[in-house]
Amino acid sequence: MARIDLVDLAHSYSGPAADPETWALKPISMTWRQGGAYALLGPSGCGKTTLLNLISGIVAPSRGQILFDGRDITPLSTQKRNIAQVFQFPVIYDTMTVGENLAFPLKNRGVPKAEIDARVGEIARLLDLAPYLNRKATRLTADAKQKISLGRGLVRSDVAAVLFDEPLTVIDPELKWQLRSKLKALHRELDLTMIYVTHDQTEALTFADTVVVMHDGRVVQSGTPAELFDRPEHTFVGYFIGSPGMNIVPAEVNGREARIGGHPIALNRSYDRLPADANIEVGVRPEFVEVAAPAPDLLTASIERIDDLGRVRFARVRIGDVKFAARVPPGFSTADAQAGLKFDPSRVHVYADSRLVEGAA
Amino acid sequence: MSVQLDHVTRAVDGIDTIRDVSLELDRGTLSVLLGPTLSGKTSIMRLLAGLDRPNSGRVLVDGKDVTGVDVRKRSVAMVYQQFINYPSLSVYENIASPLRVQGKPRGEIERRVRDAAKLLKLEPYLERTPLQLSGGQQQRTAIARALVKGADLVLLDEPLANLDYKLREELRTELPRIFEASGAIFVYATTEPSEALLLGGRTICMWEGEALQAGDTAKVYRRPDTLRVAQVFSDPPLNIVGIEKQNGTVQYAGGIKAPASGLYAALGDGPYRVGFRAHQLEVANGIAGRHAFSAEVSVTEITGSESFVHLKRGDSNWVAVLQGVHEYAPGDTLDAALDPDDLFVFDAAGRLVAAPGAM
Repeated sequence: MARIDLVDLAHSYSGPAADPETWALKPISMTWRQGGAYALLGPSGCGKTTLLNLISGIVAPSRGQILFDGRDITPLSTQKRNIAQVFQFPVIYDTMTVGENLAFPLKNRGVPKAEIDARVGEIARLLDLAPYLNRKATRLTADAKQKISLGRGLVRSDVAAVLFDEPLTVIDPELKWQLRSKLKALHRELDLTMIYVTHDQTEALTFADTVVVMHDGRVVQSGTPAELFDRPEHTFVGYFIGSPGMNIVPAEVNGREARIGGHPIALNRSYDRLPADANIEVGVRPEFVEVAAPAPDLLTASIERIDDLGRVRFARVRIGDVKFAARVPPGFSTADAQAGLKFDPSRVHVYADSRLVEGAA
Repeated sequence: MSVQLDHVTRAVDGIDTIRDVSLELDRGTLSVLLGPTLSGKTSIMRLLAGLDRPNSGRVLVDGKDVTGVDVRKRSVAMVYQQFINYPSLSVYENIASPLRVQGKPRGEIERRVRDAAKLLKLEPYLERTPLQLSGGQQQRTAIARALVKGADLVLLDEPLANLDYKLREELRTELPRIFEASGAIFVYATTEPSEALLLGGRTICMWEGEALQAGDTAKVYRRPDTLRVAQVFSDPPLNIVGIEKQNGTVQYAGGIKAPASGLYAALGDGPYRVGFRAHQLEVANGIAGRHAFSAEVSVTEITGSESFVHLKRGDSNWVAVLQGVHEYAPGDTLDAALDPDDLFVFDAAGRLVAAPGAM
């Protein structure tokens, strides 16, 4: 296990002479603490896999360094970096038993047999694989094979970090729940630094203590799930985290008031010095806007559809040309598809050119 | 037009993959095939398309037996999990290809391709080739081609499974509108309960080759006929506990005894299994009328909008979902409470005997 420092790290697949805006990973500097659980989250092409490949050594960076516990490992090969990796699809040896598969990374390093047995036993117990240790791996389901891959990634206690690349993609929803909570429990018991790459916000938010949100080769925000949900620092984070994502709409903001389509919305903080030429938007999550019967003091919207997600309902509404999502309280009904929107002022954020603006108290 | 499966069974290597399935699909409807991997969703689609023949039973179109008719003679379009397009053709030509095969006049092709492109928001990309598009745009191209063909039956086999989470979310909300505009029979396979709920329409719950229940999506969700249907249609997984009702009380397995209030009141004495979804389990003390258990936290997962609290009670694992951020440490003991008016009760054979709302 190790602390990982990324120092001015950046990468371009077309060489260092390419236009900086086209680099797959723009320069970043970050420190990831030893024993932390990190997720790299973002859409296809955001640079998350590039960053993972730089850390594992599959790709050599165009600039910058990677330090493990202060030691520069940038020139080292993947084998010499002392990391474990778990991939999207199971990588196991069909001819070996489950136990032999789990023991493989330890045997390779000449770990004494008694130690191997103890560690394999522990990992098998944590992953509920103990009853299958003597079975051949070949006839197992895809789910079970991926569990073995996870176990192999976790079996060495001396690795600098364990890297996961979309490890639950091929798993059915019900088992995903089990494996996700298992992985979280394993992280707690094993004290390993874990880095988990995914495009799935639920996986990232539920697994990691710190989620690093990436967009267009940059880290746009790094924080706890609650921070990303409550205070997105960039409109992309607001949109990408949450389902449905944050409503982000053009507005005029003056002091403690925002105007959306001419209608005033109260703000909890005061915004007096917004840059004059910036694109000003307000952002509010659907969870903090409620549809109600139309009323003179409420912003009026027309309801296009109500999505019933089982445990919660969201109305898809329109304010002029602007699409908006809002929570539907139990028992709500409306005669003519018109509704008033009730905002929670403490949850309405102001953005200038996509960046969060701190208001004054 | 309607398509019907009439007591269809199909076996591969002597093992039934589809067991005695009967379904009727009508024009202008969307049916979701919901079930885990290998539950028979793709097999049903292949039978509907005429790619496979049943070992017994019939496939009817408008009441006419088409069981042996080749797929090329049927009016069917399919969209698969992997995006399949012609890589060397432009998006426009990809969408136009079925119309060119049908020998449609140029003006009609132009009009129908433009309409489909508009519906699927592909207008800016018509001159590009598929490999210059994102995954979501590639899959939209495949869907546009299936729509433009004008087939009576459109089969979509987990079409969003290979897409990024956010793209999936966007397409999911657009699809019902696209389906409505088309008027064909749509069949959509998915492993995800939330996808079925968002798509609406009808849902057919699949399990080990059987169609367990078919009906209006919201109704199947709120009134599952059996414990198995409730399990297939719950995400997070359904929580389950055994009870014994006797003399006006319910004894929960390994736990408390409580007055048989709420939905328990009308049950006859005997053993039952109680199922409740994650949002039906409350974590709180002392709410009047609730049946409260002491349970140990194994893990808490926080998404920001919700917290999933995994609880251990004896041998069973439960999940509760709470709104907002709630940090519970592993090993904490909590009171988990059930509302006897808001749960599902199944008899020993797994059949639903009580549910919220009138039976």
